[in-house]
Amino acid sequence: MVDIAFQAGAVGTAEDISRAKILSRLHSRDAIFRALTLTAAIAVLLILGGVFVSLASGAAPALRTFGLGFLYTEVWNPVTDQFGALAPIYGTIVTSTIAMLIAVPVGLLIALFLTELCPPILRRPIGIAIELLAGIPSIIFGIWGLFIFAPFLQRTLQPALIDLFGPIPVLSSLFAGPPYGIGMLTAGLILAIMVLPFITSISRDVFDATPPVLKEAAYGIGCTTWEVMRFVVLPHARVGVIGGVMLGLGRALGETMAVTFVIGNAHRISASLLAPGTTISAAIANEFTEAVGDLYTSSLIALGLILFFITFVVLAIARYMLLRLERRLG
Amino acid sequence: MSKLYARRRARNFILMSLSIGATVVGLGWLVLVLGALLWNGFTSLSLQVFTEMTPPPGSAGGLLNPIVGSLIMTGLAVAIGTPVGILAGTYMAEYGRYAKISMVVRFINDILLSAPSIVVGLFVYEVVVRPMGHFSGLAGAVALAIIVVPVVVRTTEDMLMLVPKELREAATALGVPRAYVIAHVAYRAARAGIITGILLAVARISGETAPLLFTSLNNQFFSADLNAPMPSLPVVIFQFAMSPYQDWQNLAWAGALIITFAVLALSIAARALASRNIQ
Repeated sequence: MVDIAFQAGAVGTAEDISRAKILSRLHSRDAIFRALTLTAAIAVLLILGGVFVSLASGAAPALRTFGLGFLYTEVWNPVTDQFGALAPIYGTIVTSTIAMLIAVPVGLLIALFLTELCPPILRRPIGIAIELLAGIPSIIFGIWGLFIFAPFLQRTLQPALIDLFGPIPVLSSLFAGPPYGIGMLTAGLILAIMVLPFITSISRDVFDATPPVLKEAAYGIGCTTWEVMRFVVLPHARVGVIGGVMLGLGRALGETMAVTFVIGNAHRISASLLAPGTTISAAIANEFTEAVGDLYTSSLIALGLILFFITFVVLAIARYMLLRLERRLG
Repeated sequence: MSKLYARRRARNFILMSLSIGATVVGLGWLVLVLGALLWNGFTSLSLQVFTEMTPPPGSAGGLLNPIVGSLIMTGLAVAIGTPVGILAGTYMAEYGRYAKISMVVRFINDILLSAPSIVVGLFVYEVVVRPMGHFSGLAGAVALAIIVVPVVVRTTEDMLMLVPKELREAATALGVPRAYVIAHVAYRAARAGIITGILLAVARISGETAPLLFTSLNNQFFSADLNAPMPSLPVVIFQFAMSPYQDWQNLAWAGALIITFAVLALSIAARALASRNIQ
């Protein structure tokens, strides 16, 4: 439309010409605005690309020096300039595993409570409370973990675990050693509290999306609430729940501050869950500003690159799952 | 038959009890965290916290300089990140709603939304701090801006998608060019939603610590110089909480309380605004 008026105006009267001028101005402004928005959209892609490129270039010296061995070497010695990522990778995986083992069942059970059992008056307040809690900064959980939770564990749970599993052959090494309070188990437990709101709120949303007709049909043939949950709602919500769990896992893997406070920052791998350890993000947060020497800094950036790669894959799977769900629903 | 029935009932009872138990434990745990925060925060909170500088260990002081530093960096980050986010969201919802690039940007943006923030810190260290040769408040603001962008992109796109297409069609039928339809019709209809997104972004960055650790670093003194290291509330909390000094630990609790209140107030405001927008 605009184009036609613009072309016709070129051969018309003075009034037509001034109108054509205005139209062409509008036209060019529209084009500029469009280009601007497209640039901003591309900028989002550039941020991601930039993160990958800059981390890779920063990590290059370390990766050149240590090669693939960086991934499976445990030594982390700034004095002799020997660095390996195995201990932080191990710590990241162990703490995230503890967190998911606790947060997934508890989160699903809370979602079950909210969708099936909760009195309607309480549903909204509890739902809102959980969503607000998801927004509380991780440093708050960190300071709580350091001053309150870790000393509490040191006095109660950890001695109990050591006594309980002491006589059992394999488990005794998992729960060996003095109760420090801080350590892998504490970090895993705090991560569990942090990812709980994410898993709960996504699971609740996908549970709610189950068509009532399906549930009513199941109740109609005499299923118990649990059977409706297990054989109707869960299969229907499977993809969404997996997406939510992966999203929570992505958070747990990359979570920095809450872990940094309570992990103890020890670059070694101990069989015991009660021992101090480190994670990728905690190692970076603790050591980066103090790192002297290019190789030290570069090794920490290489850790960051590994973390970014792992979380990217996990989050991509999560988003893909949730996207599939959205398509099926919409 | 009745045995089977009893077993099914028993199993149902056990799982329903577990479900209620999980809710009580989960919510109770979160209540414990907040309770401890309120208790320790309020006992350390005083007017001094807002009026005095961070003290050396062993003497009294406050958190004035990190509070101001946080406000400056947050403001700057929003000023940088919001326009980029709104424009990108506009492209995805308006010009390129069905374009392939919008799909890709949407996917990548969702990943950036939950990417570990410490990686953003490393990125900004590489591209800003290293070339400049020193830590600075500007680098901290850039790091926070990168976290603002995906939040704003997401909400802007979602809110523009909610604007009824009839509004756009009516404006277009009057001969209004696309850019003006967006600016005067779509933005106006989605305004509350877009502001919600900005509030959520501010809530998100006001507690971010990891990206600031090696971009803005810290500063014991009052500084509004963007070219110099700048103190921020989360970093000071981290430093003070990890220290062995009781005064510093108390200030860390007070700071944690301030941040939590700020974040909760922002999220509640955002929620209230969003629910008004839907009606």
